[in-house]
Amino acid sequence: MGSLHLPCVPTNPHSPFPTRYSPVQSMANVTLRNVRKTYPGGFEAIKGVDVDVGDGQFCVLVGPSGCGKSTLLRMVAGLETVTGGEIDIGGRIVNQVEPADRDIAMVFQNYALYPHMSVFNNMAYGLRNRGMKEAEVKTRVDEAARVLELTPMLERKPRQLSGGQRQRVAMGRAIVRQPKVFLFDEPLSNLDAKLRIAMRVEIRKLQRRLNTTSIYVTHDQLEAMTLADVLVVMNGGQVEQVGNPLAIYEKPATTFVASFIGAPPMNLMSTRADEIKSQLGGAGEAGILGIRPEDFVITDQTPAGGIALPLTVEAIERVGAETFVYGTRAQDEQRVAATPGELPPGEVIVRIPGSVAPPIGQKIRVAAVRAKLHLFSGDGRTRLGA
Amino acid sequence: MVEEEGFRRYVAHIILWIGIAIVAFPVYIAIIASTQDNALIANGQMSLLPGGHFFEVYYQTIFVGTSGSTREPVGNMMLNSLVMALLIAVGKIAISIISAYAIVYFRFPFRMPIFWIIFITLMLPVEVRIYPTYKIVADLHMLDSYAGLSLPLIASATATLLFRQFFMTVPDELLEASRIDGAGPLRFFWDTLLPLSRTNMAALFVILFILGWNQYLWPLLITTRDDMQTIQVGIRKMITTTDALTEWPIVMATAVLAMLPPVFVVVAMQKLFVRGLVETEK
Repeated sequence: MGSLHLPCVPTNPHSPFPTRYSPVQSMANVTLRNVRKTYPGGFEAIKGVDVDVGDGQFCVLVGPSGCGKSTLLRMVAGLETVTGGEIDIGGRIVNQVEPADRDIAMVFQNYALYPHMSVFNNMAYGLRNRGMKEAEVKTRVDEAARVLELTPMLERKPRQLSGGQRQRVAMGRAIVRQPKVFLFDEPLSNLDAKLRIAMRVEIRKLQRRLNTTSIYVTHDQLEAMTLADVLVVMNGGQVEQVGNPLAIYEKPATTFVASFIGAPPMNLMSTRADEIKSQLGGAGEAGILGIRPEDFVITDQTPAGGIALPLTVEAIERVGAETFVYGTRAQDEQRVAATPGELPPGEVIVRIPGSVAPPIGQKIRVAAVRAKLHLFSGDGRTRLGA
Repeated sequence: MVEEEGFRRYVAHIILWIGIAIVAFPVYIAIIASTQDNALIANGQMSLLPGGHFFEVYYQTIFVGTSGSTREPVGNMMLNSLVMALLIAVGKIAISIISAYAIVYFRFPFRMPIFWIIFITLMLPVEVRIYPTYKIVADLHMLDSYAGLSLPLIASATATLLFRQFFMTVPDELLEASRIDGAGPLRFFWDTLLPLSRTNMAALFVILFILGWNQYLWPLLITTRDDMQTIQVGIRKMITTTDALTEWPIVMATAVLAMLPPVFVVVAMQKLFVRGLVETEK
């Protein structure tokens, strides 16, 4: 598994968190061993998941809706029972432990702030329930409020706050607890696009500063790529691939991962099509060939060992810095295994820099070099070659 | 259209005023009659203007009572009614919010059958089950007591259903956040659900207080002592149908007094009441 080494910043004099926030207080690896969830009706939501999140790492669970990522997170939180396997937080098996005693804090998608309590009380509630002294509660809440720029709003009720402010209160409620693990359940999906990006950066900065092990659920692959130390791609209750986000992007293990990570999705085509078969030679009998839109170049040459495809331009999308060219291949082919994000058969997306694009209807030739080709087995479940 | 606007408004206002007059006139008559001399009313010569016996009549009503059928001072009757109505309203809210909490938030055996049994009791008002209820209260020696007046009326399917519906609109994440914050079932109930139910409770209190205050049949059955009489029963007893002369000013003063607490409750809790009925903000 690829893991980023996090720089430790425990004694930054400008850090808003004094020593008690220092990351050395507790090691908190989160380890899932063959975790399963079967609902009473017999539906298997999680089909045996193994994930290992190192201390201080930021793990992102990503997948399409219904893939079980939220269920898995809620199992770590203790809000869902575990029907098989083990969940280990900081060296302790927590399968039977109440959520409050797992030393975790969770940020919900709809924030789940207590509507009748002030911002201060929302953050203080969990601390008071643990019998913490009021002076200490106040210190911690004030500190968190300062970091999150909520100090002027401490006496307001959640309904008097904007979406972004509520989100920050939810974060504040999590960090005052100084838990071993932060759990985020799609915390940004209720925000507008601009704020989402700003908060994404904030969350990452905060997590680095606190150096607290975090598990973050999202369906947004961009969020997943930018936040994760460890990315876990899930589909149908199973882990498709675990690893460093860039490693996953560069070497997706299955066609599902290939089409889910990266936007627009990777072009997938059957190697049975004559034009591809002849160019690939012996490699990838009856398999699937994947090429990312950005790896294509419009050229008349065919790179050695690479592949060239004749296309007819069908549509152009200009977004300023780059342009997407939608083309169809000259000849139709059999449909490749159905995966989310898949293009209609025969359609290829090419991403070119700038805004100069061939006119619609023109026949062009695109090519990709050998190193940028991804070959998968016919069922899309196995990556062939390196 | 535009020219009609003014005219239409007048018509609407006139109709509303007629409606108000129809509703308010009997109340006006009651207030007027409570200040008149009894002989005048008995003769059918009652004036539509206030008479001069206001203090005298109300003093007698509250502290002395009628000289005939029931000699109980109305002040005492009002106290009885107030205690009964408060016990019923508070008791119903307490019982039903707890049972709704159990039904919505806990998984226990026979949860749904129990819910349906509660639901079915909606179809069995006091009047239908009055004999068995009377028997039980009598066997428990609760006749002529506040407990006997209020307890049988406290179990309430309506309020339970109302709270159930409300609890089901409370997002699950609040419960989950509470669990993570270390709040057990009682704390969640006390710290989160009760404050959120405040307006619902206020609306229910208004409705249930008036319901309790207006009870007639049940208090009539189980109270025999004059000093346990409620005001609604008392009014009826004051109106004699035999040869004695009904003391109408006192009857009317009692009626006016009987109106006051519900009016007070409605006015005092109007804001919360309306919010409780229309508010959807969580």
